[in-house]
Amino acid sequence: MAAPAWAPTRRADGRRPAACGVPPQAAGLPLSAAKANALNMALAPTFLTNPDRFMAFSRWAAPLFGMLAVGLAAAGLWLGFTAPEDYQQGDTVRIMFIHVPAAWTCMFAYFCLGGASLLGLVFRHALADAAAAAAAPLGAAFTFLALATGSLWGRPMWGAWWVWDGRLTSVLVLFLLYIAYMALRGALDDEAKAARASAILALVGLVNLPIIHWSVEWWNSLHQGASVFRAGGPAMGPEFLWPLLLMALAYTAAFGALWLVRIRGEVWRRRAVALQLREARA
Amino acid sequence: MLDLDAGKYAPFVWLAYGLTAFVFIAMIWSSLAYARRWKDKAQPKGPT
Amino acid sequence: MSLARLLRREASLAWGRGGGPLVALGFYAGAATLLPLAIGPEAGRLAAVAPGAAWVTLALASLLCLDRLFERDFEDGALDLLLLSPAPLELVCAVKCLGQWLATAAPLAVAAPVAAVALGAESRLAPLILVSALIGGLAFVFLGGIGAALSLGARRGGLLTAVIVLPLYVPPVIFGGGAIAAFASGLPWLPGFALLAAYAASAVALGPLAMAAACRNALS
Repeated sequence: MAAPAWAPTRRADGRRPAACGVPPQAAGLPLSAAKANALNMALAPTFLTNPDRFMAFSRWAAPLFGMLAVGLAAAGLWLGFTAPEDYQQGDTVRIMFIHVPAAWTCMFAYFCLGGASLLGLVFRHALADAAAAAAAPLGAAFTFLALATGSLWGRPMWGAWWVWDGRLTSVLVLFLLYIAYMALRGALDDEAKAARASAILALVGLVNLPIIHWSVEWWNSLHQGASVFRAGGPAMGPEFLWPLLLMALAYTAAFGALWLVRIRGEVWRRRAVALQLREARA
Repeated sequence: MLDLDAGKYAPFVWLAYGLTAFVFIAMIWSSLAYARRWKDKAQPKGPT
Repeated sequence: MSLARLLRREASLAWGRGGGPLVALGFYAGAATLLPLAIGPEAGRLAAVAPGAAWVTLALASLLCLDRLFERDFEDGALDLLLLSPAPLELVCAVKCLGQWLATAAPLAVAAPVAAVALGAESRLAPLILVSALIGGLAFVFLGGIGAALSLGARRGGLLTAVIVLPLYVPPVIFGGGAIAAFASGLPWLPGFALLAAYAASAVALGPLAMAAACRNALS
C-alpha cells in the first residue's frame, strides 16, 4: 500500500521526518508575529492601536475613570445605606448593591476579553493582545466577588451557602473559563504563541458562553427543587434602583481604570523585554 | 437616614462589603505595582 | 481517498498504541467502582444517581484520551507533514477527531449503559444511554480536541487540557444528563436529546476551525 504524501513513516523506524524545519511562511501562514507587530506599529491607524498614543491617552484616562468610580461609588453607597430596609429581605438587600454590579462587570469584562482577543487574532495588534492579557485577572476577580457576595447573600435568604440557581451556576462556569484562560496563557513559554492560543480559547469561550448560560437555565427549569430567587424582582422601587445603577456604573468605571492601568503595565513590560533583548545583543 | 445597623444580618452584609473592599484593594495594588515595576525596568536611566 | 487512509491511521493508532481503548475503559470501570464505595452501597441511593454518574464519568473518561490526539504527532513532526498535505488542516483535524471517536469514544459508549445498569439504573434506560453516549462522545471529542490542540507545547499539557475543556463540557453534560433523567422519570426526553444532537453537530462543524488555528499556531 503506497503511503500518501502526508503519511509519516515514523512508526517504522522512529525517525523524525525532515519536515520539522519547514518555515511557517512556506505553509501558507501569515507573517510572523514579530513582523506583523513591527508593521502594525509603523502603520497604526487609530489611537487605540498605536502604543504611544494609547499611553498618552491612558495617562489621563485611567485616573479620570478611577475618580469617576470613587465618586459614583460614594453616591451609590450613600443612597444604598440611606434606603429603607426591604420588607422581605431586610438589611441583606444592601448586598445587592455590590453583588449585582460585580456580576454585570464580570460578564462585561469577558466581552472585553473576547473583543480584544478577536482584534488581536485578526489584526495582530500587539495592544489588543495586551488588553486581553490585562482583562483576564480583573474579570476573574470580579467573578470571584460576584460568587462570594452571592453566597453571602444566599445564606440568610435561601438558608444555604450555595444554590444551583441558573444564574449562579453560569457565573461559576464563567469563573472556570477565566481560570482556563489564565492557565493556558501561563503555561506557554513563547509569548506570541501564548497570545494566539489564549485568544482562540477566549473566542471559543465567547461562542460557548451564551450556550452555557442558556443550557444552565434549561437545566434549572428541569430541576424545580431549587427556589429561584429574583434579585429585587420586577417591582424594585426607585430607592433600590438608583443606588444599584450608580454602583453598576462605578464598577464599570473601576474596571475601566484598572484595565487601563494593567494595559499600561503590559506595554511597559513588553518595552522592558525589548530593551533587555537589545542590550543583550549589543 | 444613614442606616449602618444591619441587625441580625450584620455578619453577612459586612463580610460581603469587607470582602469586596479587600478584593478591590488587592486589584488596585497589584495593577499599580505591576505597571510601576515594568515602567521602572523599561526606563532604567529615567527618573524613577 | 487519502482522508479515508488518514482516518484508518488515526483509528489504528488510537486503538493500538499504549493499550488503546483499554486504558479509557479501565479508567471508566475504576471510577464507576469508586462511586458506590464513596456514597454507600444502598440500592435506592445508587439507583437514583446511577445514570447521571455513568454520564459524567463518561465525560471524564473521554478527557483522558485527549493527550494522545495531537501531542505525539506534534512531538515527532507528523503534524508538520499533515499541515503540508493537500487537504485543509481543518478537515485533517476533523478526521483525527473522528478516528479518536471510533477508537475510544465508541467503546466507552458501549460501556456506559453497562456501568449505569451495574450501578442500579433500570435496564430500559440502556438504549438511550448508549445512543446519548455515542452522540455525546462526538461532542466530547470535538470540544476536547480544541483543548488538546491549544495546550500543544505547554507545560503540564494533560492537566491544562482538562482545565480548558471541562467548562466547555457543561452544555453536553447538561443536555445528555437531562435527556436520560427525563426518560427515567417518564417526562419528555426528546428535547434534551435533540439539544445534545444539535450541540454535537455544531461542535463537529465549528470545533475543527479552532483546532486547526491552534495547531497552526503551535507549529508556527
